[in-house]
Amino acid sequence: MASMREIKRRKDSIANTQQITKAMKLVATVKLQKARGKAEEGKPYSEFVYNVVRSILAKTPGIDHPYLKSGNGGKHAAIVITSNRGLAGGYNSNLVKLVMQKNWPKDQVEIYAIGRKGRDALERQGYKIAEYYSEVINEPLYKDAMEIGSKLLKEYKNGQVGEIHLFYTSFKNTVTHIPTVKRLLPVEDMSGEQIPADAQAIMNYEPDEETVLNAVIPKYMTSLIYGALLESLASENGARMAAMDAATGNAEEMIEELALLYNRARQGTITQELTEIIAGAQAIQ
Amino acid sequence: MPEKFHLQVVTPNRIFFEGEAEFVEMKTGEGRIGIYAGHEPMTVILDPGVLAIRNGEQIKKAALHTGFAEILPEKVSVIAEIAEWPEEINKNRAEEARIRAQRKLETGEDERTLLQADMALKRALARLEVLK
Repeated sequence: MASMREIKRRKDSIANTQQITKAMKLVATVKLQKARGKAEEGKPYSEFVYNVVRSILAKTPGIDHPYLKSGNGGKHAAIVITSNRGLAGGYNSNLVKLVMQKNWPKDQVEIYAIGRKGRDALERQGYKIAEYYSEVINEPLYKDAMEIGSKLLKEYKNGQVGEIHLFYTSFKNTVTHIPTVKRLLPVEDMSGEQIPADAQAIMNYEPDEETVLNAVIPKYMTSLIYGALLESLASENGARMAAMDAATGNAEEMIEELALLYNRARQGTITQELTEIIAGAQAIQ
Repeated sequence: MPEKFHLQVVTPNRIFFEGEAEFVEMKTGEGRIGIYAGHEPMTVILDPGVLAIRNGEQIKKAALHTGFAEILPEKVSVIAEIAEWPEEINKNRAEEARIRAQRKLETGEDERTLLQADMALKRALARLEVLK
């Protein structure tokens, strides 16, 4: 059996760790609340943009536009949103796994990494990191999304990139976060979707459909990127909260077990001392 | 008393304005347009400019920078990437931006800088006009 001192040292060390995980959980909870509020505030905007794009596309099926045509070759661009810090359970590795499951040839993929963890993991796997934004994920701004969006749009227009995909973690609720991939460009086929009745009214486009589409699609892309940033941030903190909660629970369990061992060891030493004293006293008599 | 319609101005960060209006004026790529209730359905692209909302005696002004608007007979939705109320605008900065943009327009060479300067100038002018 381990000595009393050894057990005590181990117990204290676990108690220290537990304090840290507890504090991290609290911080994550606060950050989650903030991020969730922001994500919800941003929703009306992206829903709006999405609806407009959808109704234009639904009403003008024959539209011939480079933003809609797929299969014009070129590389895959992947925007991968992860966190800068770890200790968030499977949050980062799940997303990286999703990227790898696509099974794209590695030399045909350009990674636009947001967040350090995803960049490091994908770089290790041999993917090419075209661009890396680290600060964005701490406090996503709409301007950041605009910057990333316009850069990718330029690559798309000059034919460097044939498809743009967005990898992020969708935030359903505090405990459910789903790694998700969305294709930004070419715009996914929406012709099969149901259009709400009020959008079916005859709509005029000023000056014409194509110009409106030209102006709206970059905004549509930006709003999706921005929404994904906000949702990922909420998911990150949700995942960290859950992971730290589990860690705190595990630490509690270990401390209890060690307390039991410690008491047994203490009892053992007392018994041993007593037998030694009694044995000594008997020897003198 | 003119008929009213529902007006919604949405930006990525917040719902900028939501409420009733009698008349709204904004700037599109083809010039300024004014909208009363019962307008025919239309989607327009907006240029940087002033958004004026009239409801009774009250007129509210705001600066809009890039966006578009969906106009339906009883509802108008303005979707803007950036929108500002007059009290959120810094006059000195807008003035500086205007001068900077004008200088660039005069000295700039390639098309992109000129285009950017032109947009910047439009934004600055929209801001200054709202403050008037």
